[in-house]
Amino acid sequence: MNEMSNKWIGKNTIRPDGAEKVTGRAEYAADTTMPGMLWGKILRSPYPHATIKSIDTKKAESLPGVHAVATHDDSVDFPLDTPVILGIQDMRWMARNVLAKEKVLFHGHPIAAVAAKTEEIAQKACELIEVDYEVHDWAIEINDAIKDDAPILHDFIKFDGKPSNIAGTLEHKKGDIDKGFEEADVIIEKDFETAAVHQGYLENHACLVSVAPDDKTVIWSSSQGQFMVRAMTSFITGIPQSNIRAIPAEIGGGFGGKTIVYLEPVAAILSKKSGRPVKMMMTREEVMRASGPTSASKSTVKIGATKDGKIIAAKGVFYLQAGAFPGSPIRGAAGCCLAPYDIPNAHTLGYDVVSNRSKVAAYRAPGAPIGAYAVECVLDEIAESLNICPLEFRLKNAAKEGTKAVHGPTYPKMGYVETLEAALKNPHYKLPLKKCQGRGVASGFWFNAGGESCAQVNITEDGNVAVTTGHPDIGGSRASIANITAELLGIDINRVSVTIGDTASIGFSNLTGGSRVLFASALVVTESTKQVIDILKDRAAKIWNIDKEAIDWENGVAKPAGDNAGKFKPLTLAEIADQATPTGGPIGAGHQVNTVGAEGGFATHICDVEVDVELGIARILKYTAIQDVGKAIHPAYVEGQLQGGVVQGIGWALNEEYIYNDKGKLDNPGFLDYRIPVCSDLPMIDTVIVEVPNPKHPQGVRGVGEVPIVPPLAAIANAIYNAVGKRFYSLPMSPPKVLEGLEQK
Amino acid sequence: MSKKIHVTTSINGEETEYLCEPYDTMLDVLRNQLNLTGSKEVCSSGDCGACSVTLNDRLVCSCLMLAAEAEGQEIRTIEGMTENGNFHVLQQKFLEHAALQCGICTPGMLVAAKALLDKNPSPTETEIRFWLAGNLCRCTGYDKIVRAVQAASEEIKESA
Repeated sequence: MNEMSNKWIGKNTIRPDGAEKVTGRAEYAADTTMPGMLWGKILRSPYPHATIKSIDTKKAESLPGVHAVATHDDSVDFPLDTPVILGIQDMRWMARNVLAKEKVLFHGHPIAAVAAKTEEIAQKACELIEVDYEVHDWAIEINDAIKDDAPILHDFIKFDGKPSNIAGTLEHKKGDIDKGFEEADVIIEKDFETAAVHQGYLENHACLVSVAPDDKTVIWSSSQGQFMVRAMTSFITGIPQSNIRAIPAEIGGGFGGKTIVYLEPVAAILSKKSGRPVKMMMTREEVMRASGPTSASKSTVKIGATKDGKIIAAKGVFYLQAGAFPGSPIRGAAGCCLAPYDIPNAHTLGYDVVSNRSKVAAYRAPGAPIGAYAVECVLDEIAESLNICPLEFRLKNAAKEGTKAVHGPTYPKMGYVETLEAALKNPHYKLPLKKCQGRGVASGFWFNAGGESCAQVNITEDGNVAVTTGHPDIGGSRASIANITAELLGIDINRVSVTIGDTASIGFSNLTGGSRVLFASALVVTESTKQVIDILKDRAAKIWNIDKEAIDWENGVAKPAGDNAGKFKPLTLAEIADQATPTGGPIGAGHQVNTVGAEGGFATHICDVEVDVELGIARILKYTAIQDVGKAIHPAYVEGQLQGGVVQGIGWALNEEYIYNDKGKLDNPGFLDYRIPVCSDLPMIDTVIVEVPNPKHPQGVRGVGEVPIVPPLAAIANAIYNAVGKRFYSLPMSPPKVLEGLEQK
Repeated sequence: MSKKIHVTTSINGEETEYLCEPYDTMLDVLRNQLNLTGSKEVCSSGDCGACSVTLNDRLVCSCLMLAAEAEGQEIRTIEGMTENGNFHVLQQKFLEHAALQCGICTPGMLVAAKALLDKNPSPTETEIRFWLAGNLCRCTGYDKIVRAVQAASEEIKESA
């Protein structure tokens, strides 16, 4: 075995879960059954806002085939005045989102659930549940929710001392904003709006839950965190975590939308009441009406620059719609929007606004695309007014190592400048354009994240390697973990298996989200593997009867460190594993830690569009995404993250939106009318991977997945302006809106 | 009580019998009775292609087909795509080109891509993109899927 054959970091290996996925054998949430299983269905609110006066379930319970009916009364009661925080969620809201208590707060809000012999009977029984409502006025749009006489969703939320739908604020300040604007030669201020968009994961929420008479509970579901499922189900049902085993099924996309529960606690309650396992599956319509999406927004951004192109002041005010309960991603909007720039005077402010829509869930770089859209469009206008190339303008103002960011931190080594330089010299930036074609650029930032992670690395009896981690793998993290483990051990990639453990087989590992998984997994897998190598050296020392310090581990074998150590034939992993029992027993090691040192990620995108001025259709002609990823452990899946994020951004910019009717009901709850990009809408998505290693990580990894959805909204808006000379300040830039805008021009 | 319908059909080349309700879709029976869960239920309205199968070599959404309609017909699903225990060239190229992430669209995408190459072994990029326009993918941005189909097409041509 030569040295080069065991270098796996940076290689495009075949993903460990690939074979199961291309043969249809991979098991997702809806693909499993249990003996004696019942089917659960949910009754949902027909009103966007109403007080629940009573719920009568008697008729439903007496329908033949019905085994259990559940309402909020069957779950743990969380008083409204006492926060119960789990991560960024509050169980007061989560419990009421899963099954409404005092009020229904959006059309589609769950009220009750039924478990029955078949899905059809469960559905029929839901229709027999009698609910007495007192219907209230409702507010869907932000402006309706924040006006003086707005219907108030939650009486206990106060803003400026009065009941309000503004549930919270967040701000960042740096320097003296007023003085900054006084010194500016050019100031541009604009208002922006974005529509609510859904994560659009294809796999509908589903679960299968069995609660035995002794409360021993098994949950089979797909989520972005089996430990989150365990904890939230425990909170809402009262079953202790030690009695719950949450098994992570393969997850059919999440993008943040599966970082909370919808069905698992309900299925657990139904299973407990019926004494049978219960399977629940949402329809696509239920997914659209009652899960996700991310916030609609309105914002105002004002930026001032000197005539030589230095940004001297920036102010951003962002209202983000949270849906029925507090918790919109204002931190992402107000915190990320100015992060790529070195600005002496700045103020960003976010408002969290509740309204009668489904509770928002995280969506890829939550909030950041909204903030970047407004800032990056205004920057484009300033660059134009100063007659500076928009990339040179960004380069002149780029944050770099040592810059104190508006949102707080002082940056370590990072690669934003490198993405701009790569964009400037990319051939795409110089390609000629025709009539009605335009090119736009924009940059973006995401914080990235660390947090709790566990790994266990075991040597099998035949001398191969089984790695277990605790984060559901959506985008290919198992492939990257295999690359790292195989390289550290110096062995062939095919000798390493990687499994995502259930909550009983690996320690607490936080959510798959925030672009944290590979950063954190690599840390704990690296440490575990180093410990395993140490054990392997120790075993070789015992076999040879020499000191452990006299042994080197190289290319998958233990060998004497030098001539003084003695002459021994190197021992392979398999030979040491074969001697495991007499030398001390099974070989394996685990590591568990709260990972720190996740550093931010930056990207710069170039986009060419062509606008059909007769139909109002903006078509993406060419797209290049350039991003500092720290270190690409598996380049093809890094590219895949970039391409997927860009295309979600294209959908957000051009087509996707939640459309409500005058009854407060979502009018487009399916893929026909909520149009995500399809294959024929798109060109190839080019990527440029910039690698400025994260100095705080053993392999230099930064988060990858979130950043690529941040720049596209503005890059496309800027490209459309350059194509037709008209700026659009409201997303999506769908054909009717573009046509209307062109007619006004 | 409604009376169930007895159906005799061929699934992945094997004679198969089942009883279904008149309203059961082909997808319901594949997933819930025959344990062929590779075909995925996502939209139930023919918009996403995750349940793609072939009916007498024609690409269809099994969520839009009644199970009773399979009588005497030939159905092929993702579970029938490997050949003698080996990957089909499309499966191999999807793996090599990282053309899947979460994988939920992958079975339908592969069934659709195979139907294309069976009909047109040398499609242009535009032909691939329009043929696959009925198969939604939210993870990949389609780039690597299109490249995998192109690579499979090249390999089929070379071995022909």
